[in-house]
Amino acid sequence: MMDSPFNSRGRTWPRHAPGIDPGAKPLVRFDAVTKRFGGLAAVERLTLDIFDNEFIALLGPSGCGKSTLLRMLAGFEQPDEGRILLDGADIAGVPPHRRPVNMMFQSYALFPHMTVGGNVAFGLKQEDVPKAEIDGRVRDILKLVQLEGFDQRKPHQLSGGQRQRVALARALVKRPRVLLLDEPLSALDRKLREETRFELMELQHRIGLTFIMVTHDQDEAMAMSDRIGVMHQGRLVQVAPPAQIYERPNSRWVAGFVGDVNLIECQLVESGPTGSALECAGVGRLSIAQSVDAPPGSALCVALRPEKVDVASLPPDAADGSHFAGRVLDIGYLGDLSIYRIQLESGFVLKASAANRSRLAAARIARGDSVFVSWSSDAGVVLTQ
Amino acid sequence: MSERTIAARRRWASRLVIVIPALWLAAFFLVPFLIVLKLSLSQTAVAQPPYVPTFDLAAGWQGLRDFFAALSAGNYALLASDSLYVTSYLRSLRIAAISTLILLVIGYPVAYGIARASRRAQLVLVAAVVLPFLTAFLIRIYAWVNILQREGLLNDALLGLGLIGDPIVWLSTDTAIYIGIVYSYFPFMVLPLYATLEKMDESLLEAAADLGCPWWKAFWLITVPLSWPGIIAGALLCFIPIAGEFVIPDLLGGSDSLMIGQTLWTEFFTNKDWPAAAALAVVLLVVLLVPIAIYQHLQAREMGSR
Repeated sequence: MMDSPFNSRGRTWPRHAPGIDPGAKPLVRFDAVTKRFGGLAAVERLTLDIFDNEFIALLGPSGCGKSTLLRMLAGFEQPDEGRILLDGADIAGVPPHRRPVNMMFQSYALFPHMTVGGNVAFGLKQEDVPKAEIDGRVRDILKLVQLEGFDQRKPHQLSGGQRQRVALARALVKRPRVLLLDEPLSALDRKLREETRFELMELQHRIGLTFIMVTHDQDEAMAMSDRIGVMHQGRLVQVAPPAQIYERPNSRWVAGFVGDVNLIECQLVESGPTGSALECAGVGRLSIAQSVDAPPGSALCVALRPEKVDVASLPPDAADGSHFAGRVLDIGYLGDLSIYRIQLESGFVLKASAANRSRLAAARIARGDSVFVSWSSDAGVVLTQ
Repeated sequence: MSERTIAARRRWASRLVIVIPALWLAAFFLVPFLIVLKLSLSQTAVAQPPYVPTFDLAAGWQGLRDFFAALSAGNYALLASDSLYVTSYLRSLRIAAISTLILLVIGYPVAYGIARASRRAQLVLVAAVVLPFLTAFLIRIYAWVNILQREGLLNDALLGLGLIGDPIVWLSTDTAIYIGIVYSYFPFMVLPLYATLEKMDESLLEAAADLGCPWWKAFWLITVPLSWPGIIAGALLCFIPIAGEFVIPDLLGGSDSLMIGQTLWTEFFTNKDWPAAAALAVVLLVVLLVPIAIYQHLQAREMGSR
């Protein structure tokens, strides 16, 4: 599931992209890693390869073990079982201060008693880099994060966004093999967060470094990363490029966690090489352009994204898809799009969303209207777990 | 009620808030200090009270002028001329400085340990540090007399363990003074240190480690600088009262050399020289104002940088 070469953002794959070069050696390998806190497994037998120059996001709800994974790589926690390999070498006994990885902390953890320059230079001073070189590298990195002239400020004299960039500069100036980002944007307000996303991506492109980001924000993970590892209860449930996670989730849980979805419980009627037919409680018979490897009669689930559902006042003349009559329960107007909750004749409630492309488009379908919903046969995804 | 009257009332209320502590300080610090200052400028006399001049409003304007004419700085000249006093001051400052240093060296790791313990353990440990205070101070010092005397607990223990062959003389030495002081002032050092260390963000130490700094170095580069306010507060809370300490050196120390508190006591109660004692007290106050002024200065700077 993690070997698909397609990438939603049209970016070229990193040099050792999985799927393109199967012989590539991973930069970081988590090998059946388990970590328990007081008997409870925070991370359970987790295996993951991360490649050079890749931007990978670990996405999951709080408490899913994603931060623990990051902290184990940084050296703040030791795995109870399994190995963590960096460049092929087990780093079990290596203390945090000797690991060639640097972390950007969620709280930024800037040293309040030091200036911006002092914070950024701190890591280089530990390596006994000559003074002149430290000055040059600090200057360069502050320029890179657009904080030129701020080196004499104290952290408390900076805005949230500036502090975030100091934290980034402080980690980057060490030229780590891997940069770890723990919820890097969560302390910023919405507008700044979206701008900073692009800055971070741009930066990663420019310096060509492996980024591992932990986040609970799916938009962030989708927008920024080459691959997303979705975590749930200490396990990786799916690792794939963002588009694949969204369009081809491998379980009900992933489909429900990433984006909005209609989950329709069904029974498999028959499956051929190009499609399958399902009988769905509350909806009716659906044909899906997806071959399902399960015996007829199996209980399955069809995941249908709301934006793939068309809502119209008249019955569509669709040949390939399914359409059903229903009534609009309510409409959530979000500006750029509207969310419709539509009750089918059977009573099943389906969510649909439509972009408000023309002004006042939302006014065309009103609450209580009788409507028809339809979708193409490749809109839904059959989930077996 | 108009907005203006509300604002006026608010202003009055906020002034009142300042007036209360000001009155308190005036009544219990400024007035007594002025009395002591006046005493220090008087001369001893075989009289009741044992000094002249006395303040007599009945004599009117002339009496007031006579009163001021009779004041003199003679006692201060005496303090400067007699090496007994200077030695006494220096000894007090030395004992206070060394004790404060010992307290810091012992108190810092203890405070650090408490601050890093679990929430529940922190409560217990802080209570344990404060607990001895529930027993009267004098009783605790007398207990030390018992422990430190020739046939006391300490010598018994050391003899029993075979660490020493003959009993060591503890009581009436400077060592006993240091033991008593460090024991008594321990919470005053630990609590302010704990308060600052407890507030410290642990991710700062992780960040330091992440940036290549081993933990022992991070302690000096991160923990200690960030706990400066606690170090200074603890040091002042100990240094100032220790410099004026009377009971501990009197009960545990020898009689060959005196701390300033003891000298003051002797002047006041043994020699009945109230003016000299008052002059000693005034000089002590001025000497102790120096570290307080330094502290204020540092704090103002700290505020400025926040």
